[in-house]
Amino acid sequence: MKTKMHRTVLGAAALSAFAFAAPVLADEDAELIVNGDLSIVTKTAAPAHLSDSLDEILSGWRFRNDDTQVMQMDDFDNPGMLGADVGLDQFAAVMGSEGKSCADCHDGPESLSTVRATYPKWNEAAGEVRTMQMQINDCLTNQMGAEAEKYDSAKMLNFEAMLAVAARGTPVNVAIDGPAQSVWETGKELYYTRFGQLELSCANCHEDNYGNMIRADHLSQGQVNGFPTYRLKNAKLNGIQSRFKGCVRDTRAETFNPGSPEFIALELYVASRGNGLSVEGPSVRN
Amino acid sequence: MKRIATTLVVLGLTAGAALAEVAPNDVAFEDGAIEQSLSGTAGNAENGRKIATTKSLGNCVSCHAAEAYADVPFHGEIGPMLDGAGSRWEEAQLRGIVANAKMIFEGTMMPAFYKTNGYIRPGNAYTGKAAEGDLPPLLSAQQVEDVVAYLMTLKDE
Ligand code: HEC
Ligand code: HEC
Repeated sequence: MKTKMHRTVLGAAALSAFAFAAPVLADEDAELIVNGDLSIVTKTAAPAHLSDSLDEILSGWRFRNDDTQVMQMDDFDNPGMLGADVGLDQFAAVMGSEGKSCADCHDGPESLSTVRATYPKWNEAAGEVRTMQMQINDCLTNQMGAEAEKYDSAKMLNFEAMLAVAARGTPVNVAIDGPAQSVWETGKELYYTRFGQLELSCANCHEDNYGNMIRADHLSQGQVNGFPTYRLKNAKLNGIQSRFKGCVRDTRAETFNPGSPEFIALELYVASRGNGLSVEGPSVRN
Repeated sequence: MKRIATTLVVLGLTAGAALAEVAPNDVAFEDGAIEQSLSGTAGNAENGRKIATTKSLGNCVSCHAAEAYADVPFHGEIGPMLDGAGSRWEEAQLRGIVANAKMIFEGTMMPAFYKTNGYIRPGNAYTGKAAEGDLPPLLSAQQVEDVVAYLMTLKDE
């Protein structure tokens, strides 16, 4: 596997006719198998709702360089797994005035193995689309009498990493019909809006130009199946909506904040663009 | 000798224009091209190269590759290579493309570098905060002229 990747990279370098330095390119044909036995779908046919714009969908893993790809192939090398382990401890810890832990109501993370793949999701009782973090906060405050966690806090992302591991390898399957549909439409509109002084939409970079370099960055499809992601750049777990915030800021726009109605809608929409890819978190990215 | 020649050209171009700067809102596009110099002063190609290849300035390199600036690391591949741009386009067209490429290439991803309004949620540079009042254009009138002068030097061999 390793040798094959290296040959591909050398081939690409030899083909490039130009003298300027090019970053090491990803092997977009590599397959992700974790710990030698868990196959992860990182490329598959696009869901029907994307048929006008994409034929296939690709995980961000495919666009990372060899070293970063390899880090995610073994849980001992994946720094994001530390957060998932802490998440397990948090799951068993008593928090709040009711004297309960998550484990008092849920039979281990395995009993929550469909969560990561299906959120954001319509909650009938609350009459709203909920992200995983909103649901976790609902448990913390209403079931356990604990303080709500801030959006994308380290503790939240540890919970998310743990639940991602519980769902790892299962296909993302976010519902976009029924009562969630109007929120999904809002998210879709945001995805195609050209924000900021650079007038760039998510689609400009992640639909029209994935696979292309933008300066030294190799553009992916901006999928969220790998979240939370451990980024080598800031050496910690990163949340979906914090990533959105960074991308909108980079268009020289007034950005939205994690937890805002706009980003909840956008998360629903972007997650649905990954329907069919495997849950892959905690992933490793640069 | 070379110096004198350049000065003469500058004088020639600016005679009559009286060094008047055209404000972003007053730019006259004709089929996407801008005939009149935006600054009234001839562009400096060397400076234009720097603007095109510097992240905090024009940052053209983040989307365009060129053998002409092969010494600069990491070229983007969003737009066409810029080598030969000075042969493919007239100066007035290049001025239009840099000032507001959307006037020639409908819906293009290329940002407008000489425009101050009409944005959705304009921000204060890269802070993520709302812009206070009107934004300055991404490049000044003279910087646009410098970039155009540089592009004009990128001729097909
Ligand atoms: C100017 C280009 C640009 C725009 C516009 C942009 N992004 Fe990104 N985005 C990037 C770059 C560069 C990266 C890092 C490389 C990669 O994974 O594509 C990135 C990464 C991401 C990732 C992480 C993917 C992963 O696998 O870890 C997500 C998710 C994402 N973007 C979503 C969005 C959304 C949603 C929008 C619109 C609100 C958006 N982006 C707008 C450039 C952009
Ligand atoms: C975010 C991406 C982006 C940036 C930044 C950018 N461009 Fe472009 N540019 C494009 C795209 C895409 C096109 C192709 C036009 C289209 O959409 O069909 C283009 C087209 C052009 C063309 C016409 C190309 C030809 O020869 O046919 C020129 C000249 C040009 N750009 C110059 C520049 C200069 C100079 C800068 C910086 C001041 C710049 N661009 C910044 C994306 C960009």
